[in-house]
Amino acid sequence: MLFKMIRGVLFHQKGKMLLIAFTIALGASLATGMLNVMWDVGDKVNQELKTYGANIIVKPKDSSLLSDIYDVGEGEQLSVAYLNEEDLPKLKTIFWAFNIVDFTPFLEADVTLPGGSEAGIVGTWFNHHLSLPTGEELDAGVASMRSWWDITQGAWLDEAEESAASSVMAGTLLAEREGWKVGDEITVTGSAGEKTVTIAGIYDAGGDEDMQLFAPLDLVQELTDREGKVEQIEVSALTTPDNELALRAAKNPSALSSRDYETWYCTAYVSAICYQIQEAIPNASAAAVRQVAESEGTILDKTQLLMILITILSLIGAALGISNLVTASVMERSKEIGLLKAIGARDHSITGVIMIEILVTALAGGVAGYFLGFGFAQLIGHSVFGSAIEMKVKVIPIVAALIALVTLAGSLPAIRMVLRLRPAEVLHGGQ
Amino acid sequence: MNLEASAVEKWFLRGKSGSNRFFAVRKTSLTLESGKVCVLTGRSGSGKTTLMNMMAGLLTPDGGKVILDGQDLYAMPDDALSRLRNRMFGMIPQGADVLPELTVMENITLVQHIYRNRAGSAFSAEAEEGGAGFSSERCEKLLEQMEISHLRDVQAKELSGGERRRMCIARALAGNPKFVFADEPTSDLDDENTRIILSMLRQAADKGCAVMIVSHDAEAEAYADRKWRMDAGQLQDI
Repeated sequence: MLFKMIRGVLFHQKGKMLLIAFTIALGASLATGMLNVMWDVGDKVNQELKTYGANIIVKPKDSSLLSDIYDVGEGEQLSVAYLNEEDLPKLKTIFWAFNIVDFTPFLEADVTLPGGSEAGIVGTWFNHHLSLPTGEELDAGVASMRSWWDITQGAWLDEAEESAASSVMAGTLLAEREGWKVGDEITVTGSAGEKTVTIAGIYDAGGDEDMQLFAPLDLVQELTDREGKVEQIEVSALTTPDNELALRAAKNPSALSSRDYETWYCTAYVSAICYQIQEAIPNASAAAVRQVAESEGTILDKTQLLMILITILSLIGAALGISNLVTASVMERSKEIGLLKAIGARDHSITGVIMIEILVTALAGGVAGYFLGFGFAQLIGHSVFGSAIEMKVKVIPIVAALIALVTLAGSLPAIRMVLRLRPAEVLHGGQ
Repeated sequence: MNLEASAVEKWFLRGKSGSNRFFAVRKTSLTLESGKVCVLTGRSGSGKTTLMNMMAGLLTPDGGKVILDGQDLYAMPDDALSRLRNRMFGMIPQGADVLPELTVMENITLVQHIYRNRAGSAFSAEAEEGGAGFSSERCEKLLEQMEISHLRDVQAKELSGGERRRMCIARALAGNPKFVFADEPTSDLDDENTRIILSMLRQAADKGCAVMIVSHDAEAEAYADRKWRMDAGQLQDI
């Protein structure tokens, strides 16, 4: 009988019930879409920001110490110590190895150009292929870490080609001054010898690099007799935005309690990753590029706050819509409800039947809304980040709980109306 | 078993100030006795339906008591009063209200289903006491007596006004109630339907039920054991 009554109402008031289901579907779709995007946006924004460069700089400990003592600014040279190139793969052995998405070493020197003028040359990896002991394969280098550079002539130097070992890339200002173009052969002279190289590409970096040459690391090591040495490593890592714990840990990890230390160590805070890099590479000092790390945190926090606000507003909107529709439905059935009360039905039995009707409708609307919302999330993912949004299983119970809450909250005015409804009034022709 | 109203009154406020009380029913006492049909007549707005609703446990009086077996109905908790209405009272509202999506038979058995999941039939206690209680045979018989047995599986929304009214009478009598309250049960009905309905109510009284009919219909008085008239909230014996 109960089932028949509910079915009767659903079909009898199918217009209203469809509207309620539609309202719930809209709320559920926005909540699903926003929550899925919110939980995936951290990785997406991180990935996006990684294309704008490194967020961790690794230097030899001694060099770092001297830089701190003498307050040496970025780009200035005060390198008296080196890191070993062979230690670089160790970056991918730390606890947060999978969060290290890219890294590249740098070794700078001055060389004499054919006309007698001098220029800076930077030895680095371009797309260096690494086969790690963990079985992971990785192409690391400036080609991906300086992805915003505009290659005005030629192309990125490809280390897979044999000619790469004797090729360089020239900054646009330097190339213009020297009158170079792609394919030109030039002889550069370093402190330990000279080498004839080919211009493989000309780039516009929009900074000091436009007056430099970028060459394979081996070539610069050979020119300066510093085989196996690197001055610094730039690391691009996926990180969790800093919080109070991360800031405390960054100052002095040993001051943390063992529980806080474990939490901090097992969270991908930039300070935790730096700490682990220092553990992995002897004599290394890793430091976060604060601006990047803080920007990531700020952008993520603001984006997630926006998503939460949209979710809350959509659910409030859905609750108001449900409230109006359920109240209208109850008003339309006030005589039936009055009759049920008159023949002995208790208030909670009647509200129970009404809630079952609404929850059945909400279930249908919620399921439809979930799939709609997931599609909505994919639309956002592809149009904003150019990739799919991962389906987060935890969104399902959260959306279900939110929809149940919104449905109950939206039904409260109608339930109140049912409780206050006097059969003597409605059966006599009133409302 | 008697249902007794003792000095019940009901007033409503008119106007926003709340100072102007309109008395729908002034201090009134009456008793509904088993086996008797009581007919209450009076002009529209004289307080007939208000008095009946107070007797039926549907409208709390502003003064006085409605007593059944020594117990004041309105001193009972809501749940207990609802259960009592379900077990003891049969209601025939003025508008011949039905649940339109249910069939005629389902509407009639609705009274039983309201408490079915709690303790079997709501009328099981009465059945044990010797009352007829609720049975499908009784429902079928009522449908026949009301001449709507051919409509048992038709949805209530498809019935005509007269058929609906007869279905309401069957629903009110299906549980073999001790008291039946009928508000204008014959309004807008033809002579034939009027005769059927009033006969059924008379039969219910003859079997021990107390029947209270509020009516404008002079024919109803012919079936009455006791007649009252309401005038401006005052009850008068006729």
